[in-house]
Amino acid sequence: MPEWKNQIRKRLAKLNLAAPREAEIVEELAQHAEDRFRELRSGGASEWEARRAALEEIGGKEQLAGELRATERPEAAYPAALGAASKGRFLSGLSQDLRYGFRTLRKNPGFTAVAMLALALGIGANTAIFSVVNGVLLQPLSYPDAGRLLKIYESTPAFGYNSAAYPNYLDWRSESTSFTDMGAFRSDNFNFTGTGEPEQLSGEYVSASVFPVLGVHPRLGRNFLPQEDREGAPCSVMLSDGFWKRRFGGDRNVLGKVLTLSGIGCAIVGVLPADFRFTRGEIYLPMEQYNSVELRTRESHPGLNVVARLKPAVSAATAQAEIAAISRRLALQYPKTNAGHGARTVSMKEDLVGSIRPTLMLLVGAVAFVLIIACANVANLLLARSTGRKREFAIRAALGADRGRVVRQLLTESLMLSLGGAAIGLLLARWGTGLILAAAPGNLPRAESIGIDPYVLLFTLLVSVATGVLFGLAPALAGANTSPQESLKEGTRGAGGGRHRAEGIFVAVEVGLAVILLAGAGLMMQSVWRLWQVDPGFNTHNILTAQVALSPTVVSSAPQIRMAYDRMLERVAATPGVRSAAITTMVPLGPSDSENDFWAGTGPQPPEDQLSSAMFSVVTPGYRDVMQFPLLKGRFFDSRDTLGSPTVILIDDVMARHVFPGQDPIGKQISMMVIGPVTVVGVVGHVKHWGLDADDTAKIRDQMYFPFQQIPDKFMTEAVAGLTLVVRSGPEPLSMVSAVAAQVAGSTRDQPLYAVRTIEQTISGSLAERRFTMLLLVIFAATALVLAAVGIYGVMSYTVTRQTREIGIRSALGATRWEIVGIVLGRGMKLAGAGMAGGLVAALVLTRLMAALLYGVRPANGAVAMLLGTVAVLLGAVALLACYLPARRATAVDPATALRCE
Amino acid sequence: MEDRTIDREWKKGSAELLILSLLDAMPRHGYEISKLIEQRSRGTLRFHAASLYPLLYRLEKRGWIQGLWVEKSGQRRRRYYQLTQQGRGVLAAQRQGWQTFVEAINLITGEENA
Repeated sequence: MPEWKNQIRKRLAKLNLAAPREAEIVEELAQHAEDRFRELRSGGASEWEARRAALEEIGGKEQLAGELRATERPEAAYPAALGAASKGRFLSGLSQDLRYGFRTLRKNPGFTAVAMLALALGIGANTAIFSVVNGVLLQPLSYPDAGRLLKIYESTPAFGYNSAAYPNYLDWRSESTSFTDMGAFRSDNFNFTGTGEPEQLSGEYVSASVFPVLGVHPRLGRNFLPQEDREGAPCSVMLSDGFWKRRFGGDRNVLGKVLTLSGIGCAIVGVLPADFRFTRGEIYLPMEQYNSVELRTRESHPGLNVVARLKPAVSAATAQAEIAAISRRLALQYPKTNAGHGARTVSMKEDLVGSIRPTLMLLVGAVAFVLIIACANVANLLLARSTGRKREFAIRAALGADRGRVVRQLLTESLMLSLGGAAIGLLLARWGTGLILAAAPGNLPRAESIGIDPYVLLFTLLVSVATGVLFGLAPALAGANTSPQESLKEGTRGAGGGRHRAEGIFVAVEVGLAVILLAGAGLMMQSVWRLWQVDPGFNTHNILTAQVALSPTVVSSAPQIRMAYDRMLERVAATPGVRSAAITTMVPLGPSDSENDFWAGTGPQPPEDQLSSAMFSVVTPGYRDVMQFPLLKGRFFDSRDTLGSPTVILIDDVMARHVFPGQDPIGKQISMMVIGPVTVVGVVGHVKHWGLDADDTAKIRDQMYFPFQQIPDKFMTEAVAGLTLVVRSGPEPLSMVSAVAAQVAGSTRDQPLYAVRTIEQTISGSLAERRFTMLLLVIFAATALVLAAVGIYGVMSYTVTRQTREIGIRSALGATRWEIVGIVLGRGMKLAGAGMAGGLVAALVLTRLMAALLYGVRPANGAVAMLLGTVAVLLGAVALLACYLPARRATAVDPATALRCE
Repeated sequence: MEDRTIDREWKKGSAELLILSLLDAMPRHGYEISKLIEQRSRGTLRFHAASLYPLLYRLEKRGWIQGLWVEKSGQRRRRYYQLTQQGRGVLAAQRQGWQTFVEAINLITGEENA
């Protein structure tokens, strides 16, 4: 028989057919020649005669090739025939591989679609997460040489990173030599009046050095001059690009115009570039325009941020050492305010994104698992398919293709699959990135730099190549290992023990990874659920909070301010639907906090490092009715507490236990630096200011409430800068906004209400990051579960098909339906069980890495054991179902058919 | 020139008709087809493998027939050809055409004989 084949192959040589096609034709014609030969021999012809006649049937070289040429499209020399391809032929070999791969994939549209979809899901999810990581963590900040920018914080006994006191900043700046320069900035709100509707603007006080330090050049006009940043200088202002366009329509003649900001006229000197996103500020004023005692004392830390640029040859460590040394000297020089204070530097980027890094890294890990599961699935599909292609590989091997050549062809096909998947994945990622941004917490830093850029594309390319090799290698090696003798024998039962082992391992790995993802998602869900259960210490329902600004016509004197707020509260409280209204300097769980140092008794002030700190809110008497926190002892503020009466204070139960352990705090006195001695008149319940999760572990938990009416005149202007109106309403609070705003606006209509939200929105916002992480983990875990189920199902149904004969024999020998179901289920569940066991152990270890992102669940407690149990049951059920369907099919096998169908 | 074209087309057409007709009843492999043509024409018509198989491939390419490798126990695998739906349509049309052609010939040759 082989001699027929050689003869025929010679006749076809000129045609350069594709190897599989040529093999087919050779086989068919050889078959014909052999039949003819046998027939002639049985008719009595001599062997020589029969042979000659049979060959004549096949025709001469020219005849056969000539007839075939019209039908068979000519192909370039097929690589399998090349055996060892030389380097020069690599490229042409590649294009053959590609063409052949394309045809193979097109011939199996179902397989191709399933594989590409699984890969698109995996690669798309990875690309989406990477585009977030790239934008947030990897890309440098958009300032020139941003790596040399540092933030400098003052460290205090209570806070590692506290805002700096302005005089300390001035000393750091003048004494340090490590920096080209240093600048300070602080956020504030400005009441913008004059042209059109009055408007509340968020802005920044910046020292004249800030923009030069950052390397920002105005798009119009100039930066502030040093002489504009001096006490008593006439006010000048710079505009953000957005505000300039919004309020002035991008008018280039805006320079020199005067804006009335909180009653002061400020001349416009410059407009910042459009891509400058330093803070949410719309306008920028020189720091020294902040006309407050807060800038003049070392005991105030008025939300000041300090940014500095390292000199080219100086390291961050050197700068840190220098700035710490200056702070130590200041602590000696000003022990009353600076004892125990130091300074800490941190890179500006780290300062911005450091807190989100653990969350993003968790998501990167989770999404990588999804991709590995997708790879395992596709690898299994390829393994199953390579069984069907065994004969093809064998023919190629027989034609002289070496093993490397076959592996290369198969890897090319894998890469085509993964690159195709990546293309669809990119579309998914574009869409997914949009979804992520929509679901992302509002405080996700640098959200504006998230998108699909060349780095993301490069990442996707690398991932898809790695993916293609990862899932393609095992099937390719399995395919190339096919022994031609075995495969070309009749019947298709081949030795495939190793291949089946590989399938089993892939399934177990899929199940294991799915367990880990489900466990992670479950832990996150438990955390969020537990946080919702946390009692914040007050009644959060139906509270509206909004910042208010007084009309510039009344802010001039303290008595007028007191009276204005009194009237405003009266008007708001009388609004239909409003139960009670109050003013506070600090909203629980809100973005701002304020602390005051104090000491027990009325003695002289001890040194700074022996003082205690407590959170300090200034409130009006209605505050308790709005918040509804418990009054544990004594009384709340009322109309008795005025400027003329003894100064009083309320403390919370945490502070009572801490400062007056075992005593009745009522009537006891404490002292504060600016305010002097005060008497405790009541104890109220603790309110979780630092967040539902973080409050328990916060360093400063003591809370004090100070009556608004007792603020000394000299501090009134600072005190009213950040006042919040809190309103308890009967109906849904947001429905009250316009009614409340109308009452706040007053007769002059120039007192705007802004930053309006409900307490429930604030709480929801404080959980946003965890909820976001939870949401993504749940999506990834669900994807993993589906992929794993498909994986188990695929392998089990393939196994059943392969074992049709065995099952047939068993049922012929009397096995019952249920015994056969048992056999199939047993095999599948053994794989799933092994994967689950491994996954549960890995989940226990890996979820420890999540500890920082969790609340109230420790990876070792009973709830986690419950959770893992649930995960195991869930996956077990899915695996059972995925095995049961093929098992049921197995019982339908008719023994007679099964035995014949070999 | 035109005559030669018609001649070639006629021959090709008849060969196609023969193969399609043989496959109408059941799927057959190439050797079986060539044997049946030889037997049923009592040796008058013979197709060499060198022209039979290219013709089969051509018909397959047109979608009239479909070849499938079939393995039966105890035998080598063989490629069986069967008519496709399209092939049945073509066969019906060709039979009709052949019938008309033969009748036309008969009419002429019969008239001359009479």
